[in-house]
Amino acid sequence: MPEKFDVIVVGAGPAGTSCALVCAQNGLNVLLIERGEYPGSKNVMGGVLYRKQMEELIPEFWKEAPLERPVIEQRFWMMDKESVVQFGYKGLEWGVEPYNNFTVLRAQFDQWFAKKAVEAGALLINETVVTECIVENGKVIGIRTDRPNGEVYADVVVLADGVNSLLSKQLGFHKEFRPDEVALTVMEVINLPKEKINDRFNLEDNQGCTIEIFGDSTKGNLGTAFLYTNKDSLNIGVGTTLSSMIKSKMKPYDLLDYLKTHPMVKPMLAGGESAEYLAHLIPEGGYRSVPKVAGNGVVVVGDAAQLVNAIHREGSNMAMHSGLLAAESVIEAHHRGDFSESTLNIYRQKLYDSFIIKDLEKYKDATHTFENNPQYFKEYVPMMNKAMSKFFTVDGTPKREKQKEIMKSVTAERGTIKVIQDIYRAWKAVK
Amino acid sequence: MHIVVCVKQVPDTKIIKINPKTNTLDRRSAPAILNPYDAHAVQEAVSIREKTGCTISVLSMGPPQATAIIKKSVEIGADRGYLITDRAFAGADTLATSYALFKALEKINKEIPIDMIICGKHAIDGDTGQVGPGIARRLDIPPVTNVIEVTEVNQEEKTVLIKRKLSSGYELIQSEMPCLLTVEKEINQIEYSPMPNMIKAARYEPIIWAVSDLENVDRVQLGLKGSPTIVGKMFTPPRPEGGKRIEGSPDEQVKQLMDILLEQKDVLTLQSSKQ
Repeated sequence: MPEKFDVIVVGAGPAGTSCALVCAQNGLNVLLIERGEYPGSKNVMGGVLYRKQMEELIPEFWKEAPLERPVIEQRFWMMDKESVVQFGYKGLEWGVEPYNNFTVLRAQFDQWFAKKAVEAGALLINETVVTECIVENGKVIGIRTDRPNGEVYADVVVLADGVNSLLSKQLGFHKEFRPDEVALTVMEVINLPKEKINDRFNLEDNQGCTIEIFGDSTKGNLGTAFLYTNKDSLNIGVGTTLSSMIKSKMKPYDLLDYLKTHPMVKPMLAGGESAEYLAHLIPEGGYRSVPKVAGNGVVVVGDAAQLVNAIHREGSNMAMHSGLLAAESVIEAHHRGDFSESTLNIYRQKLYDSFIIKDLEKYKDATHTFENNPQYFKEYVPMMNKAMSKFFTVDGTPKREKQKEIMKSVTAERGTIKVIQDIYRAWKAVK
Repeated sequence: MHIVVCVKQVPDTKIIKINPKTNTLDRRSAPAILNPYDAHAVQEAVSIREKTGCTISVLSMGPPQATAIIKKSVEIGADRGYLITDRAFAGADTLATSYALFKALEKINKEIPIDMIICGKHAIDGDTGQVGPGIARRLDIPPVTNVIEVTEVNQEEKTVLIKRKLSSGYELIQSEMPCLLTVEKEINQIEYSPMPNMIKAARYEPIIWAVSDLENVDRVQLGLKGSPTIVGKMFTPPRPEGGKRIEGSPDEQVKQLMDILLEQKDVLTLQSSKQ
């Protein structure tokens, strides 16, 4: 007779582990199932972990978690072929408690985080693929794994199975995602001595810097590149929507190579040694792609519920918070002894009342707008570079004339009406 | 019937790096795994249990985190597991290791009499293959090395029929029990563990003993103190040269290969000595 748990969580990423941790802390009998060799072995993100949502789960986690560097500087680059316009913010207040965010290596961090859930009482099983939910009378009552005697039952199954979420697709919660709803990101971890990183990025030992790169980093396609500092390695990566890659016939690894050899980037990486190569899909469909998140005996969290804010590169924090909200709802359902969709919709309600759906709603048109209007990345970024170059080149031209020339060249390239339309459209998409 | 399988936690040598200055293994560079040969040893015990209904214990010596490989053994199918862990064991060579395991086996034998001990052929980090026979010698039971098949276990007669791999062919022998086997990889295929084993392993808390939990231990024989082995020098063997690529049509390739082989006299000598 297969065993029955209070909760089965499928996937030990940030969302699943958060949910398992909180359920276990509240005395529930939790089984956490991970397909990788260990939690984190298959998980990928650029590398920024936000303090706030993590702290809600494990207070003062920075005292023991395997973190790389607290981020004290965030730079933004608008990059052209041989130039870059940059702005950013550096503040020492981010370098002291309670910090703002950190760079992390997921293989280490996720493992540590899952250990916390195990210490709280959750049972963790690795190297096991959940092939389907067991459904009886319209209710999810357990899961089936790829192992012999692989069935396990539970009152609630939490689907934290990541971006493609085959399990919630099987339940009919969503259709196959379209290529414009997902981004493909490839990245490398490049080992570089600590001293070199500190020198190149103007940092002390326990200070980190993040650079988000727009424009030529994606050859003008909708997407971004990033360069983050770890203790003694760098994370460099680039991602665009899958649809852009298909349209422009780009190969992701070619794009990463292009970025790594770009004259603005290359000196930052010089002498580094590639240690890891990673690739992953990121759900970037936003608000309109969020599927059904609660059913009879089942809830969906994290990437599986498409909870990613592409504009602000937030994902793991949303995953964690959704895991927490799901756990609170499952605990409430446990008290009521009722695991029906109407009770588990407490989770849906909490999610829609939280910053997660509110933020996704704010940017609901952003991806679509930028995808369909490639001029923002393809034309305005080079224009910005040209304008700055012209403005700062000392050639005896009076500054007022320079301003006029810059304005003229902008409107000449796009046309005055189009420029006004573009500004209005962009403002509308992110307002 | 009671089988004890001796298991060791080793760094995964497929990916481990070697410190170029000291020529020692950089153990932090690779994850710690259950020694692959030992996994086959546990699997063999599971196969024997299917026929005999025996109890399977695993025993390991190592740091506290070696509980991970005991749990792994439970995933494969072991019923229970012991870890002996103590600073006094640190720095042990094969002589001191076999002594410590021998003392633990004596204690286990008092709890549940042991009929068979199974070890892997050797550990992939040291490749010595000495600990298994060392234990057998100390327990004064027959060691049977290079086992590729446990053909038959006779519980009434207390005998076991075993196939041993030899450099040419194999040998079929009968041994009395208790005895100690060291197994080759080809003895079995590790099966994909059933889900109930996985749940059991996730819950399982190994029995942990320190030196003080063992009886009549001569501390001088433990750890670094009990290890006469001296490492003279360690080096990374040079990579073999690139070799020669034979190209052309299949017939041409065969002809070229034959020419090369015929030129090398030692190949021919080897063949004639075999005949």
